Amino acid sequence: MGEKVLITGNEAIGEAAIKAGCRFFFGYPITPQNKIPEYLSYRLPQVGGCFIQAESEIAAIYMVFGAAGAGARVMTSSSSPGISLKQEGISYIAGAELPCVIVNVMRGGPGLGGILPSQADYFQATKGGGHGGYHMLVLAPSTVQESVDLMTDAFDLADKYRNPVMVLADGYIGQMMEPVEFKERPQKVLPTKNWAIAGAKNRPRNLIRSLYLDPEELEQHNLKLHRKYLEMAKNEVRVETYLTEDAEIIIAAYGTVARIAKTAIKMLRERGIKAGLVRPITVYPFPYETFAKISEKVDNILVVEMSLGQMIEDVKLGVCGKAKVHFYGRTGGMVPTYDEIVTQIEKIVKEEVA
Amino acid sequence: MKKVFERPKSMFPVPTHYCPGCGHGIVHRLLAEVIDEFGIRERVVGVGPVGCSVFIYNYINCDMYEAAHGRAPAIATGCKRMHPDLIVFTYQGDGDLASIGTAEIIHAANRGENITVLFLNNAIYGMTGGQMAPTTILGQKTTTSPLGRSSKREGYPIRIAEMLATLEGATYIARVSVHNPKAIIAAKRALKKAFKIQIEGLGFSLVEFLSQCPTGWGMSSREATKWVEEKMIPCFPLGEFKVPRSEKPVK
Ligand SMILES: Cc1ncc(C[n+]2csc(CCOP(=O)(O)OP(=O)(O)O)c2C)c(N)n1
Repeated sequence: MGEKVLITGNEAIGEAAIKAGCRFFFGYPITPQNKIPEYLSYRLPQVGGCFIQAESEIAAIYMVFGAAGAGARVMTSSSSPGISLKQEGISYIAGAELPCVIVNVMRGGPGLGGILPSQADYFQATKGGGHGGYHMLVLAPSTVQESVDLMTDAFDLADKYRNPVMVLADGYIGQMMEPVEFKERPQKVLPTKNWAIAGAKNRPRNLIRSLYLDPEELEQHNLKLHRKYLEMAKNEVRVETYLTEDAEIIIAAYGTVARIAKTAIKMLRERGIKAGLVRPITVYPFPYETFAKISEKVDNILVVEMSLGQMIEDVKLGVCGKAKVHFYGRTGGMVPTYDEIVTQIEKIVKEEVA
Repeated sequence: MKKVFERPKSMFPVPTHYCPGCGHGIVHRLLAEVIDEFGIRERVVGVGPVGCSVFIYNYINCDMYEAAHGRAPAIATGCKRMHPDLIVFTYQGDGDLASIGTAEIIHAANRGENITVLFLNNAIYGMTGGQMAPTTILGQKTTTSPLGRSSKREGYPIRIAEMLATLEGATYIARVSVHNPKAIIAAKRALKKAFKIQIEGLGFSLVEFLSQCPTGWGMSSREATKWVEEKMIPCFPLGEFKVPRSEKPVK
């Protein structure tokens, strides 16, 4: 066991990026993720890296485009309104197949919204927030330790698939302090970046682009991207199941909410209600299979989110009508409590099971 | 026999898609000549714009990015920070650089990014069919200023070279023109100087090229070059606006 340090989620994400070999960060300040750029502004120079506070989130994401295209391990981070500004760039990055990591520490919206935790950017993250039909891999940590572990995975996955990867956290995870361990991990063997910009010396020149004016060519390009997304769906789905073996009712939640749900499940079990949790860790690709299987065993699933219902659409796709899908959500920076979740489950049990 | 004229080696041997009389092809050629003369093709990286010159990568044989509209200086920044030894240029039109991309160009210049910017000012949006640009001159008719640009309605043409020259971060800023052979020779001199400044690591350099757009302006090629001389140059004076500290600007 390595040493544990007490650290906020935002700083842990920064340090995890350094440990994962990230040497470039471009970003623009926005609450509640400011500790990530602040941390990296002094850590990156210590390891020979580069930190730039860009003039906007738009510029930041295109600096990421430039560095990723040049073969760098590179990331940006922001929170909801800033992530909206980055959408054009993310679409270009996906189109040009560049690997990078984007952290979204979600806050309440729409518009300027608020600065407290939220999960209202799920649609934007998982369904292609920018134009043109593309996908990121989207990893949703529920603890500070998991944020650290997923950051390393995020960079590896980005390189493996030549695709942008989003770490979808929320203000709770970003600002909470927890003891974490930065585990030493074996280096993954990843494809060499022979496509990257480095000067056309002793090779034909490289070209980074997303423009294909010939529709046949563009269709081929899009089919290639599509095959990549299918490959991700086959290989990269991650999901945690908690006390589902004997469960009679299931809670579906991700990120911070899943953590609260676990406490609710313990309380429910003390009261004799066998509840369990399905927690997607990858929200894209989504664990549809897990929900398909679980809906053969239980009749009721409660989706809990810090939004008014976004992930519920994917849960329903997985369940495919085989179980009843209920919803409970808080929004605008309000966080559901375990008491509220317990009450919701008790209500369902009373109405549905009685 | 002595060869006195040939295609620059950094240019692919293909015809361009530009309209007859357009200035883009001339500036591409100057760029390729400068790359050849410095012998740096294998170290050069280009970032193309969105605009008529979006296909610049079909003509210049070096590693290249195709940028989103206006964002080339940010992409160049990311690349140059990763590879400080490469020679990075952006190539941008006036809609690209002086409208949608104003933030990116100002801040790249202000950070003193060691890159070279080729800025083609043709006073119009060529690619999308001749709409008003931020550089459209007063009185000029375009498809979106059909009565002629009025300062009351549409504001004034932006003088990018003068504006960027006020930034301490910029090292070399010049405006040239490509409407006649004499101007083209001067334009090449400025471009070469801009690249030299980057090669020597002295910082941000930008050359603004006034360029004719006969199609967008609804003129013959000859009328267009005359229009540059008579209308554009009085609005956008030629010369060096910022030079390295040790030098005096050429007026
Ligand atoms: C975000 C975005 N907005 C608008 C466009 C459409 N568009 C393509 S080229 C162009 C204008 C280019 O004009 P300019 O930069 O002056 O270059 P020119 O074509 O005259 O060389 C516009 C508005 C786009 N591609 N992307």
